[in-house]
Formats: sequence, C-alpha cells, structure tokens
Amino acid sequence: MNRFFDLPSDLQHSWFGLIGLHLREALLPVLAGLLAALPIAQLCVRFRWLYPPVLGLTTVLYAIPSLAFFVVLIDYTGQTELTVMIPLAVYSLVVLVPAIVDGVRSVPQETLAAATAMGLGPVRRYLQVQLPIAVPAIIAGLRVATVSSISLVSVGMLIGNQGALGNLLNDANIYHRPELAVNSVLTTAVLAILADGALVLLRLLLTPWMPRRTGRPARVAEAARPDTATPADAAVPALEDAAR
Amino acid sequence: MRSGAAAVALAATAALLAGCSSSGGKTDDPLSGGKAGDGTVVVGSNNFPESILLADVYGEALKAKGVKVEYKPNIGSRETTYGLLKNGSITVLPEYNGALLAYLDKKAAPKSVAATTAAVSAKLAPKLALLNPSPAEDKDSVTVNAATAQKYHLTSSSSIADLKDAAQDLVIGGSPEFQTRQQGLEGLKSVYGLHFKSFKALDAGGPLTQAALKKNLVQAADLFTTDPTVTKEKFVVLQDPKNLFGFENVQPLVHKPGLDRKGTDALNAVSAKLDTAALLKLDTQVQTQDKDPLEVAKAWLKSEGLA
Amino acid sequence: MNVLHFVNAFFGDGSHWHGYDGIPARLAEHLRYSLIALALAAAIGLPVGLLTGHYGRGGNTLALIATAGRALPSFGLLVLMFILLGFGLVPVMIPLVVLAVPPILVTTYEAVRSVDPAPVDAARGMGMAESRVLFRVELPVALPLILSGLRSAAIQIVSTATIAAYVSLGGLGRYIVDGLYQRDYEKVVGGATLVAVLALATLALFWAVARWAVSPGVRRSG
Repeated sequence: MNRFFDLPSDLQHSWFGLIGLHLREALLPVLAGLLAALPIAQLCVRFRWLYPPVLGLTTVLYAIPSLAFFVVLIDYTGQTELTVMIPLAVYSLVVLVPAIVDGVRSVPQETLAAATAMGLGPVRRYLQVQLPIAVPAIIAGLRVATVSSISLVSVGMLIGNQGALGNLLNDANIYHRPELAVNSVLTTAVLAILADGALVLLRLLLTPWMPRRTGRPARVAEAARPDTATPADAAVPALEDAAR
Repeated sequence: MRSGAAAVALAATAALLAGCSSSGGKTDDPLSGGKAGDGTVVVGSNNFPESILLADVYGEALKAKGVKVEYKPNIGSRETTYGLLKNGSITVLPEYNGALLAYLDKKAAPKSVAATTAAVSAKLAPKLALLNPSPAEDKDSVTVNAATAQKYHLTSSSSIADLKDAAQDLVIGGSPEFQTRQQGLEGLKSVYGLHFKSFKALDAGGPLTQAALKKNLVQAADLFTTDPTVTKEKFVVLQDPKNLFGFENVQPLVHKPGLDRKGTDALNAVSAKLDTAALLKLDTQVQTQDKDPLEVAKAWLKSEGLA
Repeated sequence: MNVLHFVNAFFGDGSHWHGYDGIPARLAEHLRYSLIALALAAAIGLPVGLLTGHYGRGGNTLALIATAGRALPSFGLLVLMFILLGFGLVPVMIPLVVLAVPPILVTTYEAVRSVDPAPVDAARGMGMAESRVLFRVELPVALPLILSGLRSAAIQIVSTATIAAYVSLGGLGRYIVDGLYQRDYEKVVGGATLVAVLALATLALFWAVARWAVSPGVRRSG
C-alpha cells in the first residue's frame, strides 16, 4: 500500500489531477443536463400531452448502456472527454426532467393563485414561486444524477483512458497493482458521497422553510400509487436511485 | 429573494466548474491537442503494456531532440488507432509491421522484413508512412499451457498445424479483436484449417490472457513472444511454419504532415538500436519488476546514448 | 438513419443467431447474470427492509448503507474484484448486488413505514400476531412501492450486467466490448439495442406483475 499514490506515468496526472479531471467529466454533464432539463420540464408542465412521449423517449435513452453510447459517439467526437460527457449529460437530463416536472406540478393551485393575485407575471411567478418550491425535488434529482455521473465516468477508461480515476483500473490490471484499483474505487466513492452531501447542504440553504429532516415523504406518497398512473409515468421511479 | 439565492448558488456552481475545467491543464485537453498543427507530436499507444512502453521510448527520444511531445496512451486496438493516425489525431504509433499488413491486406505473405515494409507502404492511407523497421520482433502466437502440451504431446518444436485434431476440443483465448482478425481466428481457420471449440475474449496478451491460460480456462491463447510469463509458467509457444504471424518488427507508423526531418531521424535512431533482446529486457522490467515504463524508457535511451 | 441500418444488419445476419456467440446464447447468459443478481439483492434487501420498516428502526443506518452503496462505482468494483478474485461469476455479482440492494432496501423500508397506521392498529387490536400484521396487512398495502424498488433494481442490473464482458464473461455486453475493439458498430448497436429492449421488457413485466399481484382494494385507495 506504500505505492497507493504513486501513479504510473501513462496516466499523465497526479492523484489530485485525476480528481479534478474526474469532477469535471462528471459534473459538467450534470450542469448541462440541468440547463437543458429546466426548459424541457417547463414545456412538459405547460403542455401536458408532451410529458408521456418525452418520458418514453428518455426511458429508452436511459436503457442504453453507457459503453455502447461512448463507442457510437467516438466517430463524431473522437476519443475525448466530450465523448464521455455527452451520454452523462443525457442520463442527467433523463433523471432531472421527471424530477422537475413533479416538483413544479406539486405547487398547490392556491399558491399560484395567490402569486397571480399579488400581481406576479408568469415569468416572475415561475422564478419566484414555482422554482423555489420545486427545489427539494430538483435537488433530489440532482443527487441521483450526480452520484451516478461520478460513478459512470470510470467506464470512459475503455475508450482510450478517458475515465479519469477509472484509468487507474487498467493500470492496476496490467501492472499487477491492486492498490491502484482500491484507490480508484475509494476515491470515486468518497467524491460521490461528498458531492451528495454538498447537494443536501445546498437544499438546506435554499429551503430554510422546510423541516430539517424530511424531504422524502412527499416523494414516497407520490410514488406509492404507480398503478393509478399511466405506464409511462410508472417508469419514473424506475429511473431514480440509478448508479450504473 | 429565494430565487436570488438560487441564482447565486447556480452561478457559484458554474464558476466552480469553470475553475475545474481551466485547472485541468492545456496540454492534456484532447480537443486542443487533436491536430498536430502547432508542432506538437502526439505519440499514441495501443492498449497493452509493451505498446505503452514503446510509445515512451519513441516519445522520449523525440523530446531529447527538442520536439514537443504529447502522449495518448492505452487507446485501444489497431482497429481504432489506425483511424486516429489517418485523421492526424495522433502522429506517431509504435506498430508491428506484419500485424499491420495483415490488417491492411489479409492475403499478403511477404518473405522478408523489407518486403513486408514495402507491402504495407503500398496499402497505407495517403498521409501515413512507416519509418525504418527495428530488429526487435514481438509476434502474436498460438501458445498452449503446460497441461495441454502434455496431453497432446506438444513441445516447442511442434507447430500450430499439430493442433488440427485437438482444436475441436480446445478453447482458444485472445483479445476481442483476435476473433475477427486474419492474424487470429480467421487465419487459423483459412491457413491452418483449425476449428476451435470456442473463442474466449480476453485482452491483448495481457493479464487476463495470462491468467486464463494458467488456470486452463483456455487451453490455447494468443500471447506475445516477448511475454515474460511464457517461460515463468512453462507455456509452449507453437511454431508457425506457414508464417501466419509473419514478420513482426517494431516499426513506427507516422502521420507524415505532423513530423519533420529531425523527428524522423530521432525515431529511426531508436529503431536502429532496438533489438528483440533489448525489448524483452525492457518488457521484463515493466511487467515483472514493477518499474514505471517512462523511467525504463528514459534509462534505456540514456544507456544507448539516445537521450 | 445509420443506427437503424446497423440494427438491421446485425439482426439480419444469420450467423448472429446460433453458436456460443449467437444472440440466443448471449441473451440467456445476460438473463442468467441478471436473475442471479436480482435474486441475491432481493434476498438481502427485502427481509431487512421489511423488518426495519415494520419496527420503524434503523432508518438512518439504512440511509447510510444506501448512500455508500450508490456511491461505489460499479465498473471500478468489478475490476477490483476481478483483480482480487480472478475469473468467475463472483466478481461480477458483487458490483451488481451492491448496485441493486440500495433501491430494494430503501423502498421496502419506506413502503412499510408509510403504511397507514390505522389499519395496522386495528389488526393488532384484533389480536393478530406481529408476523401476521406484517404479512397480512402491511405487505399488501406496501406491495406497489416494494415492486417499484425491485423494478428499479432490475433495470439497473440489466443495463449494468454489460460490464461483465470486460472481465471475459458473456452476456450482451460481449457484443458491445467486442464491437469496440473490432471497430464493428453493427455489434455495438445490435448489443445496445438488445439491452435496451430487455430493459423495456423488464419494465413491462413489472407493470404486469403489479397489475396481477396488487390487491384491487389497495389500487383504489391509492
């Protein structure tokens, strides 16, 4: 274990360098996914008929294994970080759209009416009322997307050392150094837990009106009746807690 | 007010991410380093230890001559790296002349190293060129484990053809690409008439293949002739009288527009000094003595007066 | 659309339909890995989730276990286990089970916890034993949510079982990994299509099971 942080030269990075690379490859796609998910979710809230087909499409996209996604993209984006980040952004989008739609929809009609009565236009009503109330649901989605993204970056190792901390795995194998694989798994797991914790903190900061210990019961109550929902709706909880 | 807080948080996240991306460094950004336009030579390697080592050897020799070098190690199989050379994403790749020829032309059967180089050159994409071959050879092979050798009375003087009757009971292992290559299942079928019971996809002569052969999960496998484990595990490398695996000299394949005269000379100087014994010695240092390939490469270049 | 072209070419090639590398054989291997992993994960997650949910204890511990389980990278765990344990099914089962236990465990716990306390109290008042309260009252009401946890786990297993191919096992991932190294898009796209179809079939199966197994009374009260 004394060579735990002694990384082979072909990785071309120090341990901290790999961590930075890993965070970039994992978090930028989540951010991109969030930026794309917000307008898509808003459209789905505005036009209810749009939601089932969007959900169907995203479910199919989500079912595609990441490695296959990477390999097909190589032709267009080369063996680059971008090839790893595009699928991760898509997976994040898939997790976030239902989370945001459910969050925004959960805003009570009376609240909206009150906002309108206060003279808020649709844009301000969305930014100042709907979005803040949806924050817990959005953060719940972000947690799932972030943890899964951090885990999946490692698979990028297979397309020419684009897996940041995952690249350690190949070297552990070819140079017979198991400690490098332990390093990869532990570091990745710790990053995921820290990112998850940071998002929980963020939610506490953004929603001071919420009781400190909850945030889940609302989701449980919703998920508890999959049979009254359409089959497409039933797919939503299946996408949660994902970390392939 | 709440949305204000949300916007601040979002902006902070974005700033953080931007910070991450700029701290990632310039030279290792694969998008900026894609084309070798700024004089930087991109040295790539396939996904097995010897290729990574050879990339270090050639790359460090270039560096010693003042050439700006960027490494792209562990890319994948030839099926991938050839395309990257063609479009200039990588400039230099340590290749093996016979294997490259089999990839470009399944039917070719040259009788000498020079003929192999000529045959490859005739088939290469326009902007690519092979530099001088080194005397160092590392062939693919059909290698059987000790138990199989004993069972079918195979020795180091036996040939692949001697497997003709046994093959249908044997599982052969190799890299996934071995399954569809001429220097692989296809050639073993068409040249030697061997039909194995099944094929097990492992890795390119790496730890998976070595372990699978040792544990008898496969009875025969494609191992490299410079593999230090062959002697260690008493594996038997079968002779190849029909020359399926041809000449396999280490020979740099380059994307011509990315490499100047100075670089070409530096690479040729390395090839002139690299022979099979030296390669085996370097491989052993990396694969069984736990040394870092870059250090091994630098030390060898120094001892040969190349750096 | 060239992806469709690849799909056509892959499924149209007769040689892809038989032998040890044929679609039926690879599909059977994939199903086998997935079912074993799901069974193992359910054998761990269901009893623990039911008991902790019934007694309402250990929620925080479960949340910690679930967070840790989700944080462990499947691919990294696979390679690490392979290096430590060598060839075989075990190095593949460990990451798949680690992946699948958290959703089963957490949803089962929350499903039982969130059962309306009134009927549970009524059942106790009628003199039902604790085990009967759990299996006759809480379980039927919690079943839809428990099934959704199992379904989530199953989908993830089906999709992730593809990585088994990296350590030389079979399954549908074989096509994707082989296709990567052989630069054969037909195989990659064909393999990915099969995995996606299998995942959607799993969704449909769970939907049908829920229809059949969930008591009509529970369905209405939802």
